[in-house]
Parts: sequence; structure tokens; C-alpha cells
Amino acid sequence: MTNDHDRPDAIVSVRGLRTHYVDRQWWFQRLRGRQPAAVRAVDGVDLDIRRGEVVCLVGESGSGKTTLGRAILRLAPATHGQIFFEGRDITGLRGAEFRRLRPKMQMIFQDPHGSLSPRLRVSDLLTEPYRIHDVPADQRYSVAELLEMVELSATLAEKYPHELSGGQARRIGIARALSLHPDFLVADEPTAGLDVSAAAKILSLMRSLRASHGLTYLVITHNLRIVDYLADRLAVMYLGRVAEIGPAEQVLDAPAHPYTRALLDSVSEPDPHRRQGRRRLLLPGEIPSPKNPPSGCSFHPRCRFAEAVCREVPPLAEVDSRHLASCHLSSKIRAAGTPV
Amino acid sequence: MTIAPAPDRVPPTSAGLRPLLGRLVRRPAGAFGVAVVAALLLVAVFAPHVVPYDGATQDIPNRLQGPSGSHLLGTDGLGRDLLSRILLGVRIELAVALPAVCTSLVLGLLLGLVAGYRGGWVDNAVVVFMDTIQAFPSVVLALVLVAVLGPSLTNLVIVVAITFAPQSARVTRASVLALRQSPFIEAERALGAGTLRIIGVHVLPNVIAPLFILLAMNIPSAITVEAGLSFLGMGVQPPTPSWGVILSEGFADVYEAPWAVLWTALALVLTTIGFTTLGETLRDVSDPRLSGAKGLRYDR
Amino acid sequence: MTDDGRIKNDPYLLEVDGLDVTYHSQGRALAALQDVTITARPGEIIGIVGESGCGKSTLSAALLGLLPPNGEVTGGRALYQGRDLFTLGPEERRRLRGTEISMVFQDPLTSLNPTLTIGSQMLDVLRAHSPARADRAEARRRIVEMLERVGIPDPAARLRSYPHEFSGGQRQRIMIAMALLLEPALLIADEVTSALDVTLEAQILQLLCDLRDERGTTILFITHDLGVVAQICDRVVVMYAGRTVEEAEVTELFDRPLHPYTEALLASVPSRRRRGSELPTIPGRVPSLAELPEGCAFANRCAHAEPCCGEQRPRYVEVTGQRVRCHLYDPESGHANLRQPSAATTGRKEQP
Repeated sequence: MTNDHDRPDAIVSVRGLRTHYVDRQWWFQRLRGRQPAAVRAVDGVDLDIRRGEVVCLVGESGSGKTTLGRAILRLAPATHGQIFFEGRDITGLRGAEFRRLRPKMQMIFQDPHGSLSPRLRVSDLLTEPYRIHDVPADQRYSVAELLEMVELSATLAEKYPHELSGGQARRIGIARALSLHPDFLVADEPTAGLDVSAAAKILSLMRSLRASHGLTYLVITHNLRIVDYLADRLAVMYLGRVAEIGPAEQVLDAPAHPYTRALLDSVSEPDPHRRQGRRRLLLPGEIPSPKNPPSGCSFHPRCRFAEAVCREVPPLAEVDSRHLASCHLSSKIRAAGTPV
Repeated sequence: MTIAPAPDRVPPTSAGLRPLLGRLVRRPAGAFGVAVVAALLLVAVFAPHVVPYDGATQDIPNRLQGPSGSHLLGTDGLGRDLLSRILLGVRIELAVALPAVCTSLVLGLLLGLVAGYRGGWVDNAVVVFMDTIQAFPSVVLALVLVAVLGPSLTNLVIVVAITFAPQSARVTRASVLALRQSPFIEAERALGAGTLRIIGVHVLPNVIAPLFILLAMNIPSAITVEAGLSFLGMGVQPPTPSWGVILSEGFADVYEAPWAVLWTALALVLTTIGFTTLGETLRDVSDPRLSGAKGLRYDR
Repeated sequence: MTDDGRIKNDPYLLEVDGLDVTYHSQGRALAALQDVTITARPGEIIGIVGESGCGKSTLSAALLGLLPPNGEVTGGRALYQGRDLFTLGPEERRRLRGTEISMVFQDPLTSLNPTLTIGSQMLDVLRAHSPARADRAEARRRIVEMLERVGIPDPAARLRSYPHEFSGGQRQRIMIAMALLLEPALLIADEVTSALDVTLEAQILQLLCDLRDERGTTILFITHDLGVVAQICDRVVVMYAGRTVEEAEVTELFDRPLHPYTEALLASVPSRRRRGSELPTIPGRVPSLAELPEGCAFANRCAHAEPCCGEQRPRYVEVTGQRVRCHLYDPESGHANLRQPSAATTGRKEQP
């Protein structure tokens, strides 16, 4: 039900995707005649990502954004729904057939050091993907080329992960992902744990690689400043569902969902002159557990606009061209004006 | 911030055994452990050629003698030279303990890998099996097994291997469980690596180090089990000079001549301390992140 | 708001002057802090900004007297209400911690004891510092009040909860409550919001601001997030490689950063204005303490560096109410392209 429904240029399409994690003691609850509790990490998401675009996925931790990213790459199970990659249903693909597709879709992981095997040298880490996929020598980048691609010195080739800085480790992760000529990259909090200048370098690098390698990105982040810099489209997630999705500038300038508004209001004002007059409307409380989400609109307990109608689950409906929001009161929210 | 810049020191796993040995010996405890273990291995190999007596010839007139010029550690109840018997015993001990402990490690490693990585009911089954074995005191379990299989050197090895396997299975399983959750395993999966490759290249090297430490730690325990079984007559049979046999024979005359018991016990203690300090120092120096390239971290 | 209304000549609550801290590591002496100078007036929120490795955390450890065994204060002083912290005995330092100076850390889960209830941990804090055994009921009342103030719902009932039973945001609130329990005059907050979502970050920042307004607590806010600095700080100190390189009122710092490092730092924040273009970045990386140069620590990454920058350590000079450690602003440095304070002002951002 997203704006780009059935577009032929979608590289990734997701339909009705759910990822529910069932409690380990599910059989015990069955014995007691109860419905086993499930964590609904992703709870019915439709999403199309067009070739060449940057889609950002934002939300608080617990919103399901990382699980959705992992599920698209089949690193998390899809309990319902379908995932299409280049028009092909990959939800049920297994074994060798799926592994052949792997190089096309890669991931940049959140933990720069933790995602590198600690006992391998950088040179081995970088060539590992080739050994995994038995890539013939003439189709491989050399270690030096890969290091060059992510703007690192060739002298790092003999280092171990623990000898790298956070920024360097992150680049090695990117180089590994790029080594197999992917078309689609999921980047999970690409600047997490990095200093301002190191983060800026990573973002610039991602931007230039997108142009040089024709990449499509799904960027998972909680940093809205990154969204403003990088995103073509923005999807806001809350409790496993898409609350709002649309062209990044439209969503940021005229949010139609109160949750998006609250997120934007929460971002620290980067200009100290403007903070005086700005009374931020802070979101109260914390995100509920995805184990038993609130009924009706799952955001209503924290929403300062909530009305009686919010007891019904709102549909994800168009508020503007290519801009959808899942809120009964979206026109009212938009009329209330943009955040400061 | 890294106060001390990490020097380009080479972690041990890929650089082979020599730098590891170097770092071991640089620590006093490590040097002691290496010395004791090396001495035991030398004795095991060369004992038959260097012992003053053959350890089997009886010399009843000179029985139960204290240490003297001709018998450095004295003689036992049949007048056999104790020094020779204890030195020859080293060979028996290691011939039981080394293969037994190694077998137990391989067995435990396989079980632990499968249980930890596969999870689910396989994991449950392995854990229950291991718990059952460990619920029995190891000597009692060994006694039962020997009673079934009959006392012989080979059976002794099998028995010790089975009683010791749960321990290494547990250690392996715990490491695998922690590793399975770690981001780099998921990163390898994202690259398309198959299960065998992940286990072989990324899991195994990270679980094997603690097992080597376990190897060093378990050898003295295996020797103790052997000595215990032989003492009870269920292990090595006299007149073969295993430490358990020497102890058991020595106890008959312990009030008249405590020498046999005393020296054998001392040998056991020394062996235990030697292997244990070696194992502990190994543990300290084997992790590239803990040793050598150590940077003090304060910021972040 | 204190930004403009503050009486500028209040006596300083904290005056760190020329602080040097040295770490001894493998026979070498590493200068973790060199000539660090910071002043704070009562009720101010001072942002301490810098990247990892700049010595922010060493600074807070030195102020609290919690340097690791191989760290040593080798120069300078830190006057707290006129008393030099570094001449106090260990018992006096201990008494000062919590009652006068306290600290909130980045990671509330590792800073709280997982095996004790929140109530008993907070009671311990009170007991450690009250001379007479405080009346239990009275102590409990204070704890409940404090927890309520920081926004823990139903605090009386939750005294018996363990740290893991609280969410991340609540744990950070509890840490703040614990730090403020003895009503210290100075609170050091070390990256307190770095691990939190924006929504929780905003809540915690609001809480700190409110507490400052109510109690007049001075806050040293250590962070690497310039947005957070702009949001809550009155004044900012920028640190680089263990040295303070610039100090200014927050609005001035953002309008006309003087030090080339501050300029570069501000420029590298992603935003829509820079969309589609490369983010300006700083080449190279922070030098490690073992390889600190003779002169300016930033010289090897600086676009304006000249030979004099590599040779002599820049002085901390005053320029139109700001302080900056850079040869560009020191007429005696011999730098070829001296910047006049007025010239620096021309870089002022257009206001929308």
C-alpha cells in the first residue's frame, strides 16, 4: 500500500512482512491453553525501494527498524509476507540458490569492531567474501583496491580488527560489503559510535560510493540529521509498522504523523540562537513493548492529539502525492504547522 | 583513548607456537610450568634408558629401605628401587592421560559445537546427556565402566575420555553460544558464508584456545583418576609401575616405610602444579586482545 | 534563561588552571592533559566538546580524584570554591565527591550494581555521607522525592526494583537522581545521552536544564554531539588531544568559531544545507598521546598550518571575549596570515 506500489523499477519490494518471535516456552503456554506470546518486531510492512534511491528508516529502538532491515536480507525470519528482490520472490529461497543471490544484497553492520571476525587480518577479512563465493581471480578486487575504495591506507592490510579505530573498522565493513559488487546495501546505524569527523567521512564516502557503484541504500538510523543529509525517502516506524513514509523533505518539513513530529521536535536544535523561543513538545514516556502493543492506533497512549477515533487502527493513507501516513488526524497534524 | 598506542605485535594464533612459547616463558609461572611439563615428557621418553634399576627386579633382603646412596628414594615392599619405579611410572601416566584427555577434548568439542550452534532439541539432548554423566562422581562412573569393560590400559583411556568429555563440551558450548550471538557471525552470514565455513573459520579458532588450557588442566586430573582406579585395582595391574599401583602397594607398609607413598604423592603434586600453572599462564597469554598489544582505555 | 541575564562577574565555582595530567605506561610518560583551563560560574552549563581521545574523560576523572593508578596530576590547579582540589587529602576528596561534586556516566547499566535494589543503592549514597546515621524514614522520603523529581513513576513502589527492571531511559534518570541526592553544586555529566534515542535524549536534556534552573547546579556536560551543546550549554570548551583549544559563549562559538579545529568540527555536521555535496571532513586522525608534536597538536591536520605551528606550542589567547589556542590569533606567534578578531567576525553566519 505504499506510494510506489508495483513500480517496475523497484529493486526491493516488501509485502505484508511480519517478523514475530515466539516465546521460548510457547509449548508450555499451549499446554495451559493460552495463545503463546509473540514479540511482534515487524508487524505488517509494505515497502518499495527503487533502484538508486536512498531510503532511510527511522524510529526509536524497539520500533522494529533493524529487524525489518535484517528481514529484507533474510537475516531475520519473515513469519508472514513476501520479499521481492529485482522482481523475484526470495522469501522461500534456500541453500545454494539463495547464496547465489547474496552478493547482490549486502549489509553494513552497526557495531564496527564486533562485525569483524577478531582473529582474521584485514587482508583476510577483505578476501573472505571471494573465498565464500569462489569468485574467479579475474573478477576480484585486490586488497589494495578495496582499501583504496574506502579511502584507507594499504598499510592496514596486515592489521587485526582490534588495532583499528572505529572509523577504520567501519570502512573495512563497507569494503567487505562492496567486494561482491552489490546492488543493494542495508546500512544499520552507519555512524553509530563514531566521532563527528569520522561520521562525516563515512557519510561522504557512502554518498560518493552510491554514485560510483550505482548503489541503492536502505539506511537504518535514529539520527534525523543523517536523514536530512542523505535520504531521498523517509519511512518512520513505530512498533513494527510504518507510521509515515514519503519524500524525505516533505516528511521532515510537513510531517503528517504525530510521532514523526515528536521525533523532529526531539532533535537538538543545532543553532543556539533559536533555542530560546522554542518550547519543544517532548514525547512523554517510552516506546511500549512489542510483546503487547496498545490496541487501536499503537501510538495513541503517547499522542497528545489522540481522540476517540484513535481506538481504531488507522490505515496507511495518502496525505499528499507519494506521502502516506497512518493517522486518523493527519490533515489536522499537517495544518498545525511544521515543527520550529 | 588509547594511552599506549598498540604496537604492531603479532597475535599468537596465526604466528604459530614460537612467540606464544616465548611469552609463556617470560612469566615466572609460565617458565615453571613449561619446565615441569618438559621434564615429565623427557622422563617419559628416556626413563627406560636412564633409570638406575629396571624397577621390576625384586630384592627382598633390601626391602622397605629409606633413601640411601644406592637407592636414592629407597625401596618398596619387594625391595624394588622407588626412584626407578616412579620415573617409569611417568610413562604409564602420560600414556593414559594424554590420549584420554585428547580424546575427551575432541569428543567434547564436537558435541559442544553441535549443541551450541544448532541449538534447539539437539542442544537440550546433549546437555541432558552431559549432566547425567557429570552427576556421577568421576571415580564411581569410571568404576562402573571398568566393571563393564574390564581392567586394561585401553579401557582405562576410554573410561577417562568419557568421564572428561562433558567438561570440554560445556566449555565449547558456552563459547559457541556467546559467539553465535556476536555480530561478526551475522556479518559472515550476510556475506553468504555457509554453516560449515562459519564454524570452521570463525567459530573454531575462537573456542579452541580455552580447550588447550583445559588440556593442560585436565591432565593432572586424569592422572589422579588413573592413580585412584589403579589403587583400587581397577586400572593398571601390578607389577606395571603406575603411580596408582605404587601408591596402593606402598600403603601396605605405610607405617613401617612411608617413602613409597610420600614420593609418589609428591610426584603427583608436582605434576599437578606444573600442568595447572602452565594452563593458567596459557590462558593469560593466548588472547591477542589481553596480552601484548594492550592499550589502556579511558575514553569511551 | 541565563544566556544573557547572568551576572558576568560572579565568583567562579570551579577554576581549572593549566592542568597537566600524565599517564605512565610501559616506562613512558604520556601527557594526557596539557594546560587545560576551564572556568565555571554557579548555575552554568559548560559543554566540553571533543572527539574520543581528546581527554574529556581524563579531565572528569582528575576533577573527581579518580585517576587510574598510572595517572598523575603533574601541574596546574583546580580551584573549587577557592580550594585547590589537588592539595586535599584522600578523605577530604572522598567527602567532596557526591556532596559537592558528583558524576553521571554514559552507561547506566554498568554504573549501577545489578545485585542491589535501587532503594538500597540510593540509601548507601546517603549513608556514606551523612555524619549521624540518617533517620531511615527521612532518608526514604528524600529518595522517593528525588526519584519522583527525575520522573520515575510510582517511585515508592519501585525502590525495591533492581536496575534491570528499569528501561534505559529510566536508568539514566535514576543515575541522575543518585548524583543529585546530596545536592552537589557541581555535576559532571559524561556523555549521558549518547546511548539514548532522540526522544529520550530530549527528555533527559530537559530534565537537566530544569534541575539547573531549580537548584542552580553547575553542570560540566561532556559530549561529542554539537547539537546537544547548542541545545543546552551556556558556554563551550573545545578540547583537542588533551588541550583546551577554544572557549566561548555558545552562541559565539557557533557563529564564529575561531580555532580551525572548531570550524572543521562544526562544518562536518550533516544537514540539509550540505545535501548532495561532500561533507567537509578533517584529514588524518587525532595524534596518539605518544606522538604529540612539539607545537600545535592540530597542525598536521590544519589547512592554515605554517612552520611556526609545528615548532612552538600556541598560547591560550583572549580574542573578543573568546579564548583560543592558535597562532592565527596571537600577534607574537609570527604566523604569516594572522587573523584579526574583526576579520574572524566577518565569517558570521546569516541569520534566517
